[in-house]
Amino acid sequence: MQAMKTSVAIVGSGNIGTDLMYKLIRSPHLEMKALVGVDPHSEGLARARELGLEATADGPDWLLERAGEFDIVFEATSAWVHRENAPRYEAAGLKAVDLTPAKLGPLVVPPVNLGEHLDAANVNMITCGGQATAPIVAAVSRVCDVPYAEIVSTVASVSAGPGTRQNIDEFTKTTSASLTEVGGARHGKAIMVLNPAHPPILMRNTVFCALGDGYDRDQVAQSILDMVAEVATYVPGYRLKNDPVFEEDLYSTPGGEVKARVVTLLEVEGAGDYFPPYAGNLDIMTASAVRVGEALAQAS
Amino acid sequence: MTPRFRLTDSTLRDGSHAVAHQFTEQQVRRVVKALDGAGVPVIEVSHGDGVGGSSFNYGFSHTDEMTLVKAAVEEATRAKIAVLMVPGIGTMDDLRMAAEAGAKVVRIATHCTEADISHQHIVLAHELGMEAIGFLMMASMTTPELLTIEAQKMESYGADGVYVTDSAGALTIDEARRRVAALKGGIACQVGIHAHNNLSLAVANSLAALEEGVDQIDGCTTGLGAGAGNCPTEALVAACEKSGIPTGVDPLQIIDVAQETVRPIKPEQGVIDRDGLLLGYAGVYGSFLLHAKRAADRYGVDSKEILLELGRRQVVGGQEDMIIDVAVELQKRAAAAQGAG
Repeated sequence: MQAMKTSVAIVGSGNIGTDLMYKLIRSPHLEMKALVGVDPHSEGLARARELGLEATADGPDWLLERAGEFDIVFEATSAWVHRENAPRYEAAGLKAVDLTPAKLGPLVVPPVNLGEHLDAANVNMITCGGQATAPIVAAVSRVCDVPYAEIVSTVASVSAGPGTRQNIDEFTKTTSASLTEVGGARHGKAIMVLNPAHPPILMRNTVFCALGDGYDRDQVAQSILDMVAEVATYVPGYRLKNDPVFEEDLYSTPGGEVKARVVTLLEVEGAGDYFPPYAGNLDIMTASAVRVGEALAQAS
Repeated sequence: MTPRFRLTDSTLRDGSHAVAHQFTEQQVRRVVKALDGAGVPVIEVSHGDGVGGSSFNYGFSHTDEMTLVKAAVEEATRAKIAVLMVPGIGTMDDLRMAAEAGAKVVRIATHCTEADISHQHIVLAHELGMEAIGFLMMASMTTPELLTIEAQKMESYGADGVYVTDSAGALTIDEARRRVAALKGGIACQVGIHAHNNLSLAVANSLAALEEGVDQIDGCTTGLGAGAGNCPTEALVAACEKSGIPTGVDPLQIIDVAQETVRPIKPEQGVIDRDGLLLGYAGVYGSFLLHAKRAADRYGVDSKEILLELGRRQVVGGQEDMIIDVAVELQKRAAAAQGAG
């Protein structure tokens, strides 16, 4: 007998919302029912209609009028739009999985802290850079002291839509916060770069972790490898570009002076659901959000 | 005589790359005092990668840059103090701190095809009462026509000027001229040029830009800056003087400042070595130079090969992390070749 699926809607019919739609359709636990946008000519809405889903350009008002038919809303608009919508979702009894960098609810990275926030009304998916890098920081900080962590996230220009571009400041700040709040580093900094190369590059992430004295090199490397394998269970294109690199030098970090750092070079190839495989940044956000949505559905 | 263009000296910002971001407060005070005394109207001070640039990826600053900006503001009697900010590296909070420290001008830098990430920051700069200049980096990587479209975006956000920024020092005289001419024809706000000397063309490109009506020019005293260096302020002023172009800066005085105040910071500045030249030849971001040399030493590979591979990968400004990636791969390749041989 098939269990009742949890009904979900997506608000935001841009790159992220459309990619998420394709993944939600495949979920055994979630029933993707509606895609909500504001632009009647949006390609995402046209694709939703082709798939036989409800698609509307009437914005969140449409969803709120029919809130009783839904359990979870995935927000894929922008940080400031989500700040307006979030209290209305909560009042209507809808759980929100926020894919913008608005950072209203707790930051969630599935392999690190998913179980801790299953009762929250609103959870935040951080950013693509945060989903790709906070797990690595967590992997290092679970085996040694990380006074400071820094990440560089580079995505193909064509995969960064207008929402991401207008939000670049929120993007860097929210990603930085995830390195400490989820990753467990004492200080964090995030850097985002857009690269317009042709053909488009795969999403690249570099994670620098300052290593406090007394770290065990093999233990740190193994912890990173284990975490990469765990993320790859829900983001198949997530992989190390090279083995973790240990560099010894004197580094005056914001978390104090250290004598070594470990550098983890990652790339993320997307599943190619909506955008081509280079857009691993879309894929890791949407795949992580599905994982969170499924956990929320199973918990309720 | 009224100067024909506005000179911005970036010794204490672009030059920060050349000293691995190790400027001291005392150096900043001395250089600002000397440049201000010589009549330089705008002096840029910050980490080489802009406010908030102090990091593993770009190098940690010796002295907190807000301390340096404050010191510069205190020393300047006429000159305005400028900062650089790169969206994605620095944040709006860094810009607020710079304004509080007394900076009056901000140059907001994006890759030459990504102007739309500067919108929030240009608007904020004006709210803070600062002049906002758009800085289109790696201008050699796009066409004059596409560069103009990006400049128009920055102008639409309210930019007071937009620069053709040749971060790779890769533009020939004709290419620099065509980009400046395209911007002059396409936007109403001011147009600037920021040249690097990797192909030994920085002064020539700046003079060609003047023939196209450029409104602002960047220099660095002694050329102290990323890659093989910038357009040397003192050489630019001297060449302008001989061409009958008023600069507002006293030539003999700035020549003395270069020799006595700035040259001691890095006596060998001005040499275009193989790596420096290759940046311009392969079109690679100038700030990669010292990082590539260090990675070459650490991994026992050739810095030349690192730079050429970065050029092939079309890496853009800010991707210093790719230097480690390339060096590690070259090392692996060399080990594999040795194993096979």
